Amino acid sequence: MIARTLEEALAPIADGCVLAVPREASGVAMAATRALIRRGVRDLHLIALPTSGLQADLLIGAGCVKTIETSAVSLGEFGPAPRFTAAVTSGALRVKDATCPALHAAFQAAEKGVPFMPLRGLLGSDVLAHRKDWKVIGNPFDDDDDQIVLLPAIRPDVALFHAPLADREGNVWIGRDRELATMAHAAAKTVVTVEKLHEGTLFDDHLLAAGALGGLYVEAIAVVQKGAWPLALADHYSADAAHLREYAHMAASAHGFSAYLDRHVYAQRAA
Amino acid sequence: MDFPLISIGTYMPNAPRDALQSFRDEELLADVIARLIGDARHVAIGASSPIPAAAALLARERGHGRPYVSLLGSRRHSFFTDGGRELFDCAGQGRIDVFFLSGGQIDGKGNINLVAIGDYARPAVRFPGSFGSSYLYYVVPKVILFRLEHSPRTLVEKVDFISAPGTSASNIYRPGGPVALVTNRCLFTFDRSRRRFELASVHPGHTVAEVIENTGFDFDHAPRVPVTPSPSAETLRILRSIVAPQLVEVYRRFAADVFGVAEVA
Repeated sequence: MIARTLEEALAPIADGCVLAVPREASGVAMAATRALIRRGVRDLHLIALPTSGLQADLLIGAGCVKTIETSAVSLGEFGPAPRFTAAVTSGALRVKDATCPALHAAFQAAEKGVPFMPLRGLLGSDVLAHRKDWKVIGNPFDDDDDQIVLLPAIRPDVALFHAPLADREGNVWIGRDRELATMAHAAAKTVVTVEKLHEGTLFDDHLLAAGALGGLYVEAIAVVQKGAWPLALADHYSADAAHLREYAHMAASAHGFSAYLDRHVYAQRAA
Repeated sequence: MDFPLISIGTYMPNAPRDALQSFRDEELLADVIARLIGDARHVAIGASSPIPAAAALLARERGHGRPYVSLLGSRRHSFFTDGGRELFDCAGQGRIDVFFLSGGQIDGKGNINLVAIGDYARPAVRFPGSFGSSYLYYVVPKVILFRLEHSPRTLVEKVDFISAPGTSASNIYRPGGPVALVTNRCLFTFDRSRRRFELASVHPGHTVAEVIENTGFDFDHAPRVPVTPSPSAETLRILRSIVAPQLVEVYRRFAADVFGVAEVA
């Protein structure tokens, strides 16, 4: 359960894997992402719950992603995600454009073990027009013509995120970032990196237990201090703004991105 | 084609500033938006929206704690404890009264495009994506559109991709939609039944002719269009001394560039 190395914990993320990752505010496993790039993972079907930023941009730029399903990819205050933008405009990346609540709902369908979830909105949009896997039906509980969109459940092969704490039984403390629990419930396997191990069991303390994800759902855990760097881990450390600015600058060109990978991904085996 | 980030938060760090003007454009816009918020109970702010965030916090300060403000990305200014879905579930139930959206393109019928220019499969320009717009535009009663680059390439006759339509047929469930469009030049209101914008006011230093020249769609306007009121001294005091420090948590660069507020370690 507690892996000896980060690389060992990441073994379930094979080439072609359907990999779910969280939004930047919720705990992104950036050290693990760099390790995946070093390993040379290929053909990922990346699903962001419900958006991504640096993580998706790095994986796309490094050639690890075949398809991305997301509501947005952006570096937020640091601008557009340059490698995502370049890959889409060159036709190198397939994008399944979604909207945030559609991804949340589709993960919830998988979490419940039901085949689909209905969602309001979407009708008349080109988001819906380009999603042949989404269907429109008449509300069966309404006598009038009330159309509603159905979204198939999303059941990823692996969910990957970073969290503050885990115990030796494999329970993980996620606090109020509850979509991490939804991701783990929906995925076949969940891989987590954590800042540190908690001595004892999270369920022995009712305050910690309220924010815990049971080890039942967790395949592997690796301890990686500052595992979200250069992104923030909420309530623990803030984002490294200088580094993110450097990334936005370097990744603006393919050449600069390659230099970034050499400097911050390939050269730093421990990072 | 160089096309900057379409995030509605893109502000104007290098905007020319009128020497006679004692406030920044961002402060004027926050004041305009705070008035549009009105007496709402709950205002939510999505990704990359520092000026709407400043406006909502200004409205809350003026209203002595109302409206409730949920600021995406904030730990302190957010009521959500059930993950990212809670914002959308809350909106679906009608518990969010005001939200803000933008677009790389916005057209005269209120359609917004946050995805791409040109062919969708091989776009000339790709934007980040639709975020929650394809849902929230339908279910939040008062959506305020916000776009700081008011130009013919952003305010177009017809968008290339509809992330969310401005209006819907009467048989589609749609309690929400656009009420206004705020730009760096002016304020438009939107009439859902007529599917048209009307020029409500032009900001100080701007003209109706300039707005017409820089807008790619037709809109209505009265023979005489008022000038947007400048923020009062009291509004500027609240923005600078109370709101600005609250923005640092989520909008560190904006708080530093606009208000000169640095993060407290």
